[in-house]
Amino acid sequence: MDININNEILAVVTLKENAVKVAGGAPIFLVEDEKELKEITMLLARITLGMVHDLKNGVYILVRH
Amino acid sequence: MFSHDYLPAISVGLIAGFLARFYMLKVDYRHYPSYPHGYAAHLAFGFIGAALGAVAIPALLAEDYVAVTFLALAAQQFREIRSIERESLAKTEETEMVPRGAGYIEGIAKLFEARNYLAMGIGLLTTGGYLLGGLLLAVPTGILSAFIMNKAMIGPKVGSMAEVRQEDLLFEGPNIRVGDEIIMNVGEKMALDIWQEKGIALAVEPYDDNGRTTLGNAGQRQAILHDVASQLGVRLDIGEQHFTPLMRIELSSGRILMIVIPFEPDVEPLIEAIKKTPVLEAAMRKPLETSVGRTASD
Repeated sequence: MDININNEILAVVTLKENAVKVAGGAPIFLVEDEKELKEITMLLARITLGMVHDLKNGVYILVRH
Repeated sequence: MFSHDYLPAISVGLIAGFLARFYMLKVDYRHYPSYPHGYAAHLAFGFIGAALGAVAIPALLAEDYVAVTFLALAAQQFREIRSIERESLAKTEETEMVPRGAGYIEGIAKLFEARNYLAMGIGLLTTGGYLLGGLLLAVPTGILSAFIMNKAMIGPKVGSMAEVRQEDLLFEGPNIRVGDEIIMNVGEKMALDIWQEKGIALAVEPYDDNGRTTLGNAGQRQAILHDVASQLGVRLDIGEQHFTPLMRIELSSGRILMIVIPFEPDVEPLIEAIKKTPVLEAAMRKPLETSVGRTASD
């Protein structure tokens, strides 16, 4: 059976310097720079079939709706 | 059962009912049913319905009252059609880029059940017409009843309850806003650029409280999205959730706001598609028919 986790934070992506802002249950990806951030979020979105949300404080989350 | 005297009458009713069902089978924009298998199944049921309707009056005349109970049996069978339709549509729902939604499916399932009753009714009336006045009366009875019943089955459309107009798609950082509501937060720059370039925002403005409550129904909104997607195409794929078309209620006004990236960027047909979406039976609310609703509305 196909089980999907919807409307839950699947992953958190942020710059290394923002590491203090994030913690918790979802996998956290710390990245070096904006370019890597862009790539990682895009890849994670495609792989999880979800979408990227920008929390505007430098933290990006992945959620499948 | 009864003598062959009734054979022409029954045949005429049967043919009329079957042809009526055939006429109702026209493929509309819903593209459903759209495959020969689907036609065959529905025509077969229509045939059975027409046959049962056509037999009813001759059976009564022949004082074969038991035969009339077949009509009850037919009702049972046709109810089955509804659940078959519902099941098959619900199963294919997962493969739809923009799903129909449970409300729309229920509506379609009911429609297909009802069409068999219509075939039955037309069969019955036409046979009655034949028995009273021969072919001369049967033909107009059949055509007229098919026409009237078909017309009577057409429900209200969204356009009769609300005005649809284009709105501005506003961007605030990653947020996409229309009117007072933030509709979507898009974290990918690339996706945001495409929204900026190709996105269209629309507002469905209900004329009154009836429209506001009915169009606010989540099933109704999904039905509108599905109709728009199936007619204009939506730029969307699996794993590209940020292009999902959305409809949200503007809580300050009761308007329904929609954002979409259609493949065809024309706004006029988009508005037309929304206006022509049927109002779902499951969504229909009429608060203004009640004294409470009327008092509250002013």
